[in-house]
Formats: sequence, structure tokens, C-alpha cells
Amino acid sequence: MERLAALPFAKSVEIAYKSIRVRFFRSLVTTASLVLAVAFLCYVQVVNHIATGLLQSGDPVALRALVRAGYDINGITAIGESAQQQWLVSLSLLVCVVGIINAQLMAVSERFREIGTMKCLGALDRVIMLLFLLEAGMQGFAGSLLGVLVGLLAGVASAAISLGTIALSGLPLAALAMTALQSILVGCLLSLIGVLYPAIAAARMEPVEAMRVEQ
Amino acid sequence: MNEHIIVRTTNVTKSFQLGRHELQVLKGISLKIAAGRYISIMGPSGSGKSTLFNMIGGLDKPTSGKVFIDEVDIAQLDAYELAWLRCRKIGYIFQTFNLIPVMTALENVTLPMIFAGTGNDEAMERGMELLRLVGLDQRHSHRPSELSGGQQQRVAVARALANNPAIILADEPTGNLDLKTGEEIIGLLKQMSSERGVTIISATHDFKMLNVSDEVIWIRDGRIDKIEQRDELNISMGTIE
Repeated sequence: MERLAALPFAKSVEIAYKSIRVRFFRSLVTTASLVLAVAFLCYVQVVNHIATGLLQSGDPVALRALVRAGYDINGITAIGESAQQQWLVSLSLLVCVVGIINAQLMAVSERFREIGTMKCLGALDRVIMLLFLLEAGMQGFAGSLLGVLVGLLAGVASAAISLGTIALSGLPLAALAMTALQSILVGCLLSLIGVLYPAIAAARMEPVEAMRVEQ
Repeated sequence: MNEHIIVRTTNVTKSFQLGRHELQVLKGISLKIAAGRYISIMGPSGSGKSTLFNMIGGLDKPTSGKVFIDEVDIAQLDAYELAWLRCRKIGYIFQTFNLIPVMTALENVTLPMIFAGTGNDEAMERGMELLRLVGLDQRHSHRPSELSGGQQQRVAVARALANNPAIILADEPTGNLDLKTGEEIIGLLKQMSSERGVTIISATHDFKMLNVSDEVIWIRDGRIDKIEQRDELNISMGTIE
């Protein structure tokens, strides 16, 4: 008996992309919680970076603005996340992963028959797995991008409101870019973690089992 | 007979665990199917014909006994070989059509070719050819939800033929279709069998299938009740009518 060659990666990407495009609203729901969590993560860091930028500029006007906005700047060189912020960010990320797992489990079980059919047509377990991971990766990337955008805007706007227009004068662009990149990575990672279990469950199913599911 | 035996099963049994009870659906099925024939597996619902169909198609594993396709024991195949078998050797047609809902008719037909490693252009060209064969080339960009049941099943027939399989397995292909569309599908399958020499194995309880079958395997209660050749069949049909 001959062996089936692996599906070319580009082809898998194409199938995954089409699948997302066709199920656009389904994907939106799956990604919504990710957008919010990434936006929040990004927002908190952006505000802190801007405040740190002002602090390190040493400009007395900026320092006064910081104190007026409620920052305790005695004897510190950078403004990090407070314990409370860390808690909130971690919690929001956790809730986000749970939300993604939930949404992906729903999405996968809606597609059991499709998965079974694909296996009958010669899809290997790893192809099914790869398709789901690719879809999640793309959703994660798009969602994080949107989240970062929202977070950046909200962070800059919030800093401008609490610190005054001086916050906009010397934006720490390098630090903000770094934050954006990190947030996108975190978002993609969360999306992949969220889809891992549903994808494994889907890939391991025997074709008959998958097709017997009532839909 | 010196015919090429394409499917052979030896004493296949299948049990399902239902709570504390073990339900034996297949109770030892041994049969030989020669290449190029049109076989119907007939039997009442619950007789185990769909289970047997799944065993022959490599979609499910027998509890005991062996299934050979081209004299290869399919229980011995690894994942890649099994995928090759499902992709290249066998074409499946289901009662519920099972087209991928998010793909167009053409994409559904070309999917097995993509899995088989066929290039995009060649797959498109052959896909259109197959859709023309089933009379749906005008509808190639339609999704399954935009097609009638009969049209969906015709797309499924085209998909089953995608990689020029040696065997087409059809599980109740006319079960969800009205009389006339069912006849069209049966005609299409018969045409494939006679023109391309594809072995058609169809699990069914549709008596329309009897007219075109070369051989009918009657299953009753998990066992082979009788196997009738076409000439014998005409006689028994005569007595029914």
C-alpha cells in the first residue's frame, strides 16, 4: 500500500483562511474576548510606559503632572504595574483563555461531521490538527492586532486625560512598539492554547464517530 | 472464477458496548467482491449493513476478523497508508451527502485531489470535468446550501470519483432523495461502473437498486442471509412482482 504525501503547508493555510472568511461572524465571537484581553494588557502597559517616560525626562512640569495624577514618584526610576493591575491583567487573560476554549469547543463540535468527512477524503490527523491551529493562529493574530490598536489608543488617550497634553509630547515610541509586539505574541499564544484541546479531540476522532454526531 | 478480488472479508464481527450490554451487530461476515462489479448490500434497518459498509471502507475497525482491500489487511496499515487508501483507492458517498458546507461545489470536488497532492490547476480542470459529468458544471461556484438534495448528491458522486478510485462505497445514497432523483443517482453510479470499471458497493434498502446490481448481498441480523447473482435476481424479482 502506498502512503499519502503530506498536504503542502501553503494549501493548509489557504483552506484555514477560507474557512475563517466563510465563518466570519463565528470567528468574531471567538476572537472578541481575545481582543478585549489584549487591549486591556496593552492599555495598562502603555499608560505605565508613558508615565515612566515623563518621570525619566526629569522635566519639573511633567513631574508635577505625575504627582497630580496620583503617582507616587519618590525614589523610583520607572513606573511599573501595581500589584492590583497585575492581578487584573492576569485574571483578564485567564478569563480570555477559558472563553476561547469554550468558543472553540463549540466551533469544533459544530464541525464534527465536516472533520469526519475530511478524514474519509484522506485528511490525516495532523492535517485536521494543523488546520485548527492555523485558524486559531490567524484569529489570534488578527484579534491581537485589533486589541493592540484599541489598547494603544485607549492608553494614550487615558494618559492625555489624566496627565494633560504633556503626556503626548514625548511618547516613548520604542517602548510602545515593544509593548505592541509583546501583546500580539501573548494574544497569538492564548489563542493557540485555547484551541489546543478542542483540536486534539477533533483530530483523534474516528471518521465514523465524527459523522455519527447528530447535527 | 479468475476474477480479481478487490474486497475480501473473513469472519468479520463487530460489537458495540451499550452500557452494560454488549451488542453484536456483525456476527461473522465472510465475503468476496470481484473488481468492477456493482454490488448492493441489502437488509432491513439495524441489520448491520452500515456497520459492514464502515468496515469495508476502513472507517471503523472490526472487533474480530479481517478486511482485505486488494489482498492487503487494512488493520495492518499505518495512518499514512490508511489515509492513502481512503483518499485514492476508495470514494465515499453518504446518505446525508456530507459535503463541506463552507466550500463551493468545485472546492468540494477538488478537496480529495488536494489531499492527494494534485496541483491546483490540474485539480480545477478535473473538478470541472467531473462536475460536467454529473451535469452541474454551471453550478460550480454554489455552496451545498444553495443546491437541492439531488444536486448535492451529484456533487458527492463527482467528489467520490475525484481520484479515480477503484471502489466507490455508497451508504444509502438514495435514502434522502425522492424517487426520481434517486433513480438519477443510481443511473449515474451504474454509468460509472460500466464506463470506468469502478467497483460499486452500496448499502441500501432501496429496491430500485436491484435492477442495476450485478450481485446482491442480503444481510439479516448481522449475518449474510443469501448472495444472489444478477440472473438469479431476475427470477426472484419476477416472483415478487
